[in-house]
Amino acid sequence: MSFVIEALLAGTLLSAFIVLLAPDEVAGKLAFVLTLPQLAGSLLMWAAFEANGNALLSDGAAAFQTQVPWLSLGGLYDLQWHVGVDGISLPLIVLTTLLTSLAVLSAWTPIDERQSQFYGLMLLMEVSLIGVFAALDFFLWFVFWEFVLIPMYFLIGIWGGPNRKYAAIKFFVYTNVASLVMFIGFMALVFALPVSSFDLPTIAQALHAGQLETFYGIAPDTLKLLAFVAMFAGFAVKVPVVPFHTWLPDAHVEAPTPVSVMLAGVLLKMGTYALLRFNFTMLPDIAQQNARIIAAFAVVSVIYGAMLALAQRDLKRIVAYSSVSSMGYVILGLVAYTEYGMGGATFQMLSHGLISGLMFMSVGVIYNVAHTRMVGDLSGIADRMPITAAVFVAAAFGYMGLPLMSGFAGEFFVFVGSFGSTTLPAAPLFTGAAMFGIVIVAGYLLLAMQRVLFGPFRADTEHDIVPAATHDVVPLVALVLVVIALGVAPDLFFAMIRDAVNPVLDVAASIGGGA
Amino acid sequence: MAATELPTLTPQLLLALTALLVMVVDTLRPGTRRVGVLAGVAASGALAALGTAAFFLASGTGQPSTGGAFTEFGGALVVDGMSLFFTVIVAAVTALVAVASYDYVRDEPHVGMYFSLVLLAATGMSLMASANSLATIFVALELASLPSYALVAYLKTNRGSVEAGLKYFIVGAIASSIFAFGASLVFAATGALALPAIADAVASGSNPGLLALGGLLLIAGFAYKTASVPFHFWAPEAYEGAPAPISAFLSSASKAAGFVVAIRTLVVAFPVADAAALGFDWPLVLAALAVVTMTLGNFAAATQENVKRMLAYSSVGHAGYVLIGLAALGGDADGLVLGASMMHLFVYGFMNTGAFLFVALAEHWGVGRTFEDYNGLATRAPLACAAMAVFMFSLAGLPIGAGFLSKYVLLAGAVDAGYWWLGVFLLVNSALSLYYYSRVVKAMWIEEPANDLAVESRPVGLYAAVVVAAVVTVALLVAFDPVSDTAVRAAQALL
Repeated sequence: MSFVIEALLAGTLLSAFIVLLAPDEVAGKLAFVLTLPQLAGSLLMWAAFEANGNALLSDGAAAFQTQVPWLSLGGLYDLQWHVGVDGISLPLIVLTTLLTSLAVLSAWTPIDERQSQFYGLMLLMEVSLIGVFAALDFFLWFVFWEFVLIPMYFLIGIWGGPNRKYAAIKFFVYTNVASLVMFIGFMALVFALPVSSFDLPTIAQALHAGQLETFYGIAPDTLKLLAFVAMFAGFAVKVPVVPFHTWLPDAHVEAPTPVSVMLAGVLLKMGTYALLRFNFTMLPDIAQQNARIIAAFAVVSVIYGAMLALAQRDLKRIVAYSSVSSMGYVILGLVAYTEYGMGGATFQMLSHGLISGLMFMSVGVIYNVAHTRMVGDLSGIADRMPITAAVFVAAAFGYMGLPLMSGFAGEFFVFVGSFGSTTLPAAPLFTGAAMFGIVIVAGYLLLAMQRVLFGPFRADTEHDIVPAATHDVVPLVALVLVVIALGVAPDLFFAMIRDAVNPVLDVAASIGGGA
Repeated sequence: MAATELPTLTPQLLLALTALLVMVVDTLRPGTRRVGVLAGVAASGALAALGTAAFFLASGTGQPSTGGAFTEFGGALVVDGMSLFFTVIVAAVTALVAVASYDYVRDEPHVGMYFSLVLLAATGMSLMASANSLATIFVALELASLPSYALVAYLKTNRGSVEAGLKYFIVGAIASSIFAFGASLVFAATGALALPAIADAVASGSNPGLLALGGLLLIAGFAYKTASVPFHFWAPEAYEGAPAPISAFLSSASKAAGFVVAIRTLVVAFPVADAAALGFDWPLVLAALAVVTMTLGNFAAATQENVKRMLAYSSVGHAGYVLIGLAALGGDADGLVLGASMMHLFVYGFMNTGAFLFVALAEHWGVGRTFEDYNGLATRAPLACAAMAVFMFSLAGLPIGAGFLSKYVLLAGAVDAGYWWLGVFLLVNSALSLYYYSRVVKAMWIEEPANDLAVESRPVGLYAAVVVAAVVTVALLVAFDPVSDTAVRAAQALL
């Protein structure tokens, strides 16, 4: 099983080029077939995964590890090809491959021009996403991280809605500037450490050993704080945390459905994943000293995102804003620094990826048929599109946290964890405030469902409301089953997540700044 | 040591001989047009020079590992890692330009002259890389410049081309005279023209005022050749009016040659500590120039509507990035940051040449020159547009090409040398540059094509050059070490 990550990356890259060169008519089917080996590969990794611990905190904790020198760039720092997965990154890789396959399938109906380019770019994005979650060298990670933007920019810009050009450029510039801010913050840390590589485990362990030196007259503690702020701001754009969220609704509304699925399902997780890896694992003392502020950001995102969703008429916008709200839970769970908080946050990344993907897909299916997504334009379509409506209901209840669905597990873990946090001041208060977000979520989702799906049939559209095509429904049903499976047996992933999160808590407890 | 059995100046000789060969071939049967033969000879000559220089570099010719630099003609020319590195850049750009020109100048008169002028200019540029005395520098500079003036005005029935040539010539003549005046002041102060001899005089500390003035005037001359502020204003005019392959040639090879002269003169003749003792703090001057050049270049590029002009201003911005390497020598640098500048010029030689050659391709198709004229081009010519997207993103510093790596080493080197604020300017400017570079990509890939947009031909030479440049740009991202190691070693040997 060595080099399985390399095989995954190389296979996806090769598939991308094959699809780019394929004729438009067969590109969609070819792309779907070519994503299946990646899905199988990631599941194989999941089945064979035996590692224990956090990849950043102990050497050899990562599974399927490869570490070879890549570039020396004149000798100041060694860049390495260092990849490997632990209990935090592996679930996200499985999420990436699963959602890519299903998103490709869901693209067959709506994407009707320049197909080979579309599917080729989707696969290129899959490569870079797998890379982001597998890379254990900062430079390598950053290459993948930035590369994600390029296919995304084209996917929104070429196949998006009427306002796609503005949305694409806004997404591109916004997230690229954020990356630079983060880059400056992290580089300042590395330059001030006596290390000669960008190896993330080395850097994390050097930071924990207190090896940070004065840098251009900035004392280590101040530097840590500055770097933390820069990285937090950079990642907060990606998550997005209110008030850095304004690119998201534009990007989501304009993006074609399969791209929205990837955007909400995986790209937002890059932000929370990076927060966990960098801010919360490398600088736990700063995170704990400022827990109150971070938790406030989280709670504001939860409540404000949900209120924004409540005010929307466009189903896609509702789902987009509700992502802002759900990501707030993740931040709250992370800052709690408890096993269930941090582990639950990681589980919530996975769960939200599945459920938001499901929501976007079902909205997309409705749009493919009705050619409108406005709440007021549609009513009572459940009779005409029974399976889609059922899936939509299931997804909405998943979002609201219905027991036996993964959303319940994720949110429950987060709340249990954050309620019992010892490092977050006034933890019960923050938790209670965030829980109120669930009520609003239930409000807007029930309202939307009631008006669109149920009641007397009415459709202000020139298109007939007919059941969706089989290949549109298959990914929906598949995702619902996965969501239920994870709700019934969260330990399928939660066990490995817990193994990977606990070392972070140990480090935080030993060097933590306290409250 | 097999390498020494060849004359150490073989690359330069090859370029010069090929220029003559092109003329001979052109006169063999006057009246018949053999563009293919001429372009083939020119490209082969450039490739041979490239191969020889690369072989010399790899085998250690003129480098510390085999006994240090070779000096020729009583020290007037020197062959070391630095000169070979820049010869490689010049020869590579020349080869790309020669191949691309096959299609571009096919229907123009005096094709033989065109190719021999390109090769003569390349000879001058590669001699600039070797010149080790103010006299040879001046001669090499003129050898590079005079053919360039003619090449810019090559499309002699095109008013824009002629106007650009005239402007380029006038500014160039002024800059040459400023350089010559600076050289004469330095000679007056030190009694020497050879760079090492000047260094001895600088160390002794005589005539500080005269020396500093002379040094400043020399820097002004370099600023002209590298299109840096305050002598950058000719660049947009010349690059816009010139035939696009010549714009590529000038903005990549000529800029690199200007930089190697600046590096050698300042580092060898005016060692930082000695120069500072005289009150001639040239790293400070260059730091100021770097900041102004990159900021002005980027802001001006952001306001352009014409792609070629945007690229011209972006080339001013990149001159600013490269200047960081020289400016940071004022700190405790150890060759890394200077090497970073050289790496950037190397990568730039491919990504910028490729970008201008894409413009040449667009001109060949008869597509207009503004961003809007490029709308939807990707639906007609996806391969070339994909290559152009690579160039644009790599120029902006996204990790899709080696421009990302060279900018990164510049940043790390500047911070390491104690010039973190130059690094910040580099980052902010790079972020800004993404705006205008992505406009090209957006026009090509995202905008709808105009109805009459037609791409009727697939010119072999232009396509080959553009695709090769793109492949090299991406390949360097994966395997950058040979370039970076060579650059840093060459820089360390000189310091």
